[in-house]
Amino acid sequence: MSENENENEITINNYLKYLSEGKLMGSKCKICGHVDVPARKLCSKCIKPENEWIEMSGKGKIAAFTSINVGTPYFVKKGYDRKRPYVFSIIKLDEGPMVSAQLVGVDESHPETIKIEMPVKVKFLKVEVEGLPEKVDLGFEPA
Amino acid sequence: MGKLARKVALVGAGTSKFGQTFPLRRIPEHWTDAWLNAVATVDNGIEPKDIEACYVGNYSADLFNHQGHLGPMISSLVGLNPKPAPRFEGACASSGIAMRQALITIASGLMDVICVSGIEVMTEVPTVGVTDALATASDVSFEYTAGATFPGLYAAIATAHMHKYGTTHEDLMRVAIKNHINGKENPYAQMQRSIKDLMERKIAKIKGAGGEVPDWKDEFDYLKSPSNPPIAWPLHLFDCSLVTDGAACLFLASEDVAKKFTDNPIWITGTGQGSAAIAMHDRSTLTALEATVEASRQAYQMSGRGPKDIQIAEVHDCFTIAEICAMEDLGFYEKGKAVEAIKNKDTYRDGVKPINTSGGLKSKGHPVGATGAAQAVEIFKQMRGIAERDRQVKFDVEIAMTHNLGGSGGSCVVTIYEK
Ligand SMILES: [Zn+2]
Repeated sequence: MSENENENEITINNYLKYLSEGKLMGSKCKICGHVDVPARKLCSKCIKPENEWIEMSGKGKIAAFTSINVGTPYFVKKGYDRKRPYVFSIIKLDEGPMVSAQLVGVDESHPETIKIEMPVKVKFLKVEVEGLPEKVDLGFEPA
Repeated sequence: MGKLARKVALVGAGTSKFGQTFPLRRIPEHWTDAWLNAVATVDNGIEPKDIEACYVGNYSADLFNHQGHLGPMISSLVGLNPKPAPRFEGACASSGIAMRQALITIASGLMDVICVSGIEVMTEVPTVGVTDALATASDVSFEYTAGATFPGLYAAIATAHMHKYGTTHEDLMRVAIKNHINGKENPYAQMQRSIKDLMERKIAKIKGAGGEVPDWKDEFDYLKSPSNPPIAWPLHLFDCSLVTDGAACLFLASEDVAKKFTDNPIWITGTGQGSAAIAMHDRSTLTALEATVEASRQAYQMSGRGPKDIQIAEVHDCFTIAEICAMEDLGFYEKGKAVEAIKNKDTYRDGVKPINTSGGLKSKGHPVGATGAAQAVEIFKQMRGIAERDRQVKFDVEIAMTHNLGGSGGSCVVTIYEK
């Protein structure tokens, strides 16, 4: 372990490490109890550095979404295009915070069938694409 | 707090002809065109020696043109070296921010005259590069990796707005139809055609090729056809602003010297800037843009004006849903009620509250870093009564506003102008 690494510190790298192990982690403030997802060093409510890791239930509801036909280069590499759109969503977790994630297990070509407030659960999306590093992206699917 | 120490006026303003112009017209050509057009509007003339600094608003020449350090480059083309030439970045609000900082500098007494430049030349990279560069204005760690594009973020706002207030696809279409009608009258706009014109042109093309003529009754039928494909549902091609090359130039002067340049200065009486988390999931609402609410609160307070006093406005319609949100978040209409005003055509040029007489970002074009300054150019022309073709509103504009957003609403600048 180098001096830049600390197993317990709330960093993006450690958040992503947890994600690769199939854990959606937030942070909970020891002072005011506020929960942030993704986990962050300073509580977003009282801005004190007293956050600790907390695992999320992975349950939530759709707050907003879109089916994207013209995607980012990253999603184009993942095989999405005009004929095969993907859904970007903002999910309101049962614990309160919102997160951005790909929504899978829905009919991307008929987005009118996807409804806001629909219950969803977390799905860890393993990325195995040639030319991209192996990793896990956060996803959700209908509960 | 909240007051300017002395008055500041807009004494000249101009843009280049917006369009997709690379490689024929690049940064130097757009900028010098905008400069010359702005110089031509200064009644008693303006020379480089009159100007004490050049404040440049530019989002990302770094990604679009592989060119950093734009301030001194821009100023050298118009004889402004060795004066200060800082660059300001706030995504699509970059030149709104540059204008606000010039205003603050002049009000402080440090300088009397500043040239504000807004510029972006976006078509040097292919479409996928444009999508990628614009997506960097979102939260790259958590939104970009989830697939968010710039249209995608506004599309998410649209689904939330539709869910909460019953806003419809047709409501979005009405915004685009109105803005294209205005853009048709703007010789500096990228797309000088109404959607009806585009529909009729398409029908003529199909007829000419001997194809089956579509039975489109009106623009709505056309916009529901495959000619208007989805980009990020519910947003379609005609809900999105254009990818544009362009520049704008403004001259700001203190009350102590403004009369030297013109007998008819346009006073900037209110300015405000707000911010919000760039990741939309970190905000408390998805149906309003809090940076707009905050920026307008500051500008109203400074000017002593309210939403009802604003006669015309240029608002940041990077997507049709953004114009609807702006109309509400600026306090012109209650949340969920802007679509009624749009249906009544209140925001048409001959309506009670014209919005985006320039054609907006939708039809005039959206060279991102130039947009904030370009909005001020339209307000300058409308208040002077010199808007081209049939675009001039039919009443004397005493009080007007510009609203310039950055990214998905992480930054916002609101400015109030008075004669
Ligand atoms: Zn706290």
